[in-house]
Amino acid sequence: MALLELRDLEVSFDTNDGVVNAVNGVSFDLAKGRTLGIVGESGSGKSQLAFAIMGLLAKNGHARGSVRFGGQEILNAPPRVINPIRAMKIAMVFQDPMTSLNPYMRVCDQMAEVLVHHKGMARAGAVAESVRMLDAVKIPDAAGRIRLYPHEFSGGMRQRVMIAMSLLCRPQLLIADEPTTALDVTVQAQIMALLADLQRDFGMATILITHDLGVVAGFCEDVLVLYGGQVMERSPVDPLFAEPAHPYTRGLLRAIPRVDQHGEELDSIPGSPPNMTRAPKGCPFAPRCNFAAEDCHDHLDPITEFAPGRWRACNRKVEELA
Amino acid sequence: MLAYIAKRLAIAVPTLLLLIIISFLLMHAAPGGPFTQERALPAAVLANLEAKYGLDQPLWRQMATYVWGIVSDFDFGPSFIYKDRTVNEIIAQGFPVTLTYGSLSFLLAVIVGVTLGVFAAIYHNSWLDYLAVGISIGAQVLPNFVMAPILVLVFTLWLRWLPGGGWEGGQWQYIIMPVIALSTSFMASIARITRSSMLEVLNSNHIRTARAKGLPERKVILRHALKPAMLPVISYLGPAFVTMITGSVVVDIYFSTGGIGKAFVDSALNRDYAVMMGVTILVGALTILFNLVVDILYAWIDPKIRY
Amino acid sequence: MVIDATRMKSLGDRFAEAEVRGRSPWADARKRFAHNKAAVAGLVVLILIGLFALFGNLIAAWSNEELDFAVMGQVAELGRPSFASGHYFGTDDLGRDLFARTVQGTRISLMVGIVGSAIAVIAGTLYGATAGYVGGRIDNVMMRTVDILMSVPYMFVLILLLVIFGRSITMLFVGIGLISWLDMSRIVRGQTLSLKHKEFIEAAQATGVPTFTIIRRHIVPNLLGVVAVYATLLVPLMILTESFISFLGLGVQEPLTSWGALISEGAGTINYGTLWQLAFPLFFFVITLFAFFFVGDGLRDALDPKDR
Repeated sequence: MALLELRDLEVSFDTNDGVVNAVNGVSFDLAKGRTLGIVGESGSGKSQLAFAIMGLLAKNGHARGSVRFGGQEILNAPPRVINPIRAMKIAMVFQDPMTSLNPYMRVCDQMAEVLVHHKGMARAGAVAESVRMLDAVKIPDAAGRIRLYPHEFSGGMRQRVMIAMSLLCRPQLLIADEPTTALDVTVQAQIMALLADLQRDFGMATILITHDLGVVAGFCEDVLVLYGGQVMERSPVDPLFAEPAHPYTRGLLRAIPRVDQHGEELDSIPGSPPNMTRAPKGCPFAPRCNFAAEDCHDHLDPITEFAPGRWRACNRKVEELA
Repeated sequence: MLAYIAKRLAIAVPTLLLLIIISFLLMHAAPGGPFTQERALPAAVLANLEAKYGLDQPLWRQMATYVWGIVSDFDFGPSFIYKDRTVNEIIAQGFPVTLTYGSLSFLLAVIVGVTLGVFAAIYHNSWLDYLAVGISIGAQVLPNFVMAPILVLVFTLWLRWLPGGGWEGGQWQYIIMPVIALSTSFMASIARITRSSMLEVLNSNHIRTARAKGLPERKVILRHALKPAMLPVISYLGPAFVTMITGSVVVDIYFSTGGIGKAFVDSALNRDYAVMMGVTILVGALTILFNLVVDILYAWIDPKIRY
Repeated sequence: MVIDATRMKSLGDRFAEAEVRGRSPWADARKRFAHNKAAVAGLVVLILIGLFALFGNLIAAWSNEELDFAVMGQVAELGRPSFASGHYFGTDDLGRDLFARTVQGTRISLMVGIVGSAIAVIAGTLYGATAGYVGGRIDNVMMRTVDILMSVPYMFVLILLLVIFGRSITMLFVGIGLISWLDMSRIVRGQTLSLKHKEFIEAAQATGVPTFTIIRRHIVPNLLGVVAVYATLLVPLMILTESFISFLGLGVQEPLTSWGALISEGAGTINYGTLWQLAFPLFFFVITLFAFFFVGDGLRDALDPKDR
């Protein structure tokens, strides 16, 4: 049994402009200790997917389908079911460390309350444990700095605090939602290296949500490519980079600058992501796809396993994508 | 923190001094002296009177005497109209009354307003929310001078439950209507501000983090949302305090409670400048003091405020 | 009554963002406003009140100064509202026609509200925009001054002024307007500051657009929404202030009158069973405040549609 099983997950939002369908039928399994990268452009529904798993959708959001964690259904679960799982078993690191920590509370209080609440630890013990965790994420002088407020840390340090806080209860699954997007490039590399170390040491399964295929290559074992709220391709990381099997994945890969090909112009994917107010009938990528035929606008074949462990959703055969 | 308080005090003191000086100059700019009456006084009497009140001295000297009197002895000088009473006596008589029903109104407005606002935000778009919004919108158009006659009409003239005015040493029957009349519109404003700031906070990222920690909603609100949601309310308390003191004038007039508001309006109608200035300066000092407290409270909640 | 700073800020942010996203907040605002029933009702009420103030005296059977000697001394019995006597709203305790008095009070109160609000908005916008755009030390001094002025008990000073310089209606206009520009200046300054550092302003500066053109093309249109909403919400506050002063008998003077003065008279005579004296002015007062409030709120919600 997989640790996490998603079946036909759909997420929609009621807005003033009508219903927005952010996620349209996503299914996948994640085994214990594995690392999965979810890749997509902004607006592809990747963050909302994560929020739906954690039950953190905004009030106007609705999720349908099934999310099982350790065999237990947790989608739309009541607080009594989901609260003991949050932080204890599934923890989350958010995109913006500037605003995701409580600016009005000392870091020690924010961290300790997790242990006090879930493990019933005494405050002093909880703070001591928090200091150890800050050491683990390589914050210098952790014992002294834990008394500070979040705004007294730099962006990278704040994200380290956030990561330390998420790992306090040794969760089985860590969801990192674009953990480096808001940080400087040099800091990004440090944070990703730290996450890789921690993942190896703690052995938790990890979902890394990002728009950066380069980050995925260095960190993940499996990749899920999301477009218009649907899975376009799912594959172990090496074959995906070697022979991408979906026109969208190919487009993404061609848009990454490479050190060894100087002077060549970068290919960008023409057009922009679809407006999710009107759910596309056919393939969401069809309007921007070089290989799209008439039928692509009308329907999309269900996702199929075309090689061992490799799945794709495309009406064209792999060989046709020359 | 101490340095911060000192810095705020350093602004507060000159502000107060400025207020005193401006009031003093305004009084002197007034056409006609305080003893200009319909029937002109004999020149000798006038000279005597002016000598008694120090009005024959040069302006700067008068001002220095006045300011020094306030600073050293908290003495606002004699009343110009009631020859045998000092401004201090007049204020000392009314101030305890104003303070009693004023602080009760303030507490009532804050406690009810905040509670109503918080629950409306938590149960956003529920019947409770609509009720709270309805009450707060309705109460906005019921300032003290509208509430006062309505209360008297209902509770005194129709139901005959409460006396229509008086103070009687502050017995509870006499306090109820002044307090309600004074607090209603502030309660509504506080409820509205609390609600919208609470909604804003509940949608913020750090609240999502708190929820992701698996904390029960009650803890999320009490530990994480309440403090930041109170910041706009706290900054409103300063202006609210000023408007409330101002409103006490209506209460004093309409319910004959005998607070300083009555003294103020009487002096305004009698052109008793000494009393007017005394009350204005007292209210100004209270306002400045209260704003100081508000600033300190704000800095205590928000660690990002630089001391 | 108070103008909610959090929501004004949210509106300001939206206007600052709008230019980045290329979608004007005004585009759908009219449609959203039209869908807001309370706001539309408020607008209709305001138009009706306006018509009442302008043309009410044409249908009044009595002038506002005439004394009806027939009812004098027996106002509670004979001065009731009635079509037969021509006193649609009854008479006051002197036998003056309350309908005509209410028309006159409405005129004065609306005028004070609108003029006072205009003075506050103009003074506040000029001051705030200057402080925000110039920035630096001057901004610092200007805003410190506002801080200091904030802690002055204005109503008392205004009454002091009214007493010392005589109770003229001009004094009332100016005094009331000058009370309220402080908040406006803070909001406008904040808005100007945040606009100044937006990419589209920097882009305009970088491409050599003259300063005046930047102010005209980018700063002013983005201030307009906030200023318009604030001005609408300020009018009822001004009316409240004027009514407050008039209620104390320190505002407009006989033979002129205003809602505050009429409410004051009505409140003083409820013991004598002439309830209409309180009811009619109070009705107009309350309904107008409601209407302005809903229109201002609706305008803001139309410009900044957020689920709140």
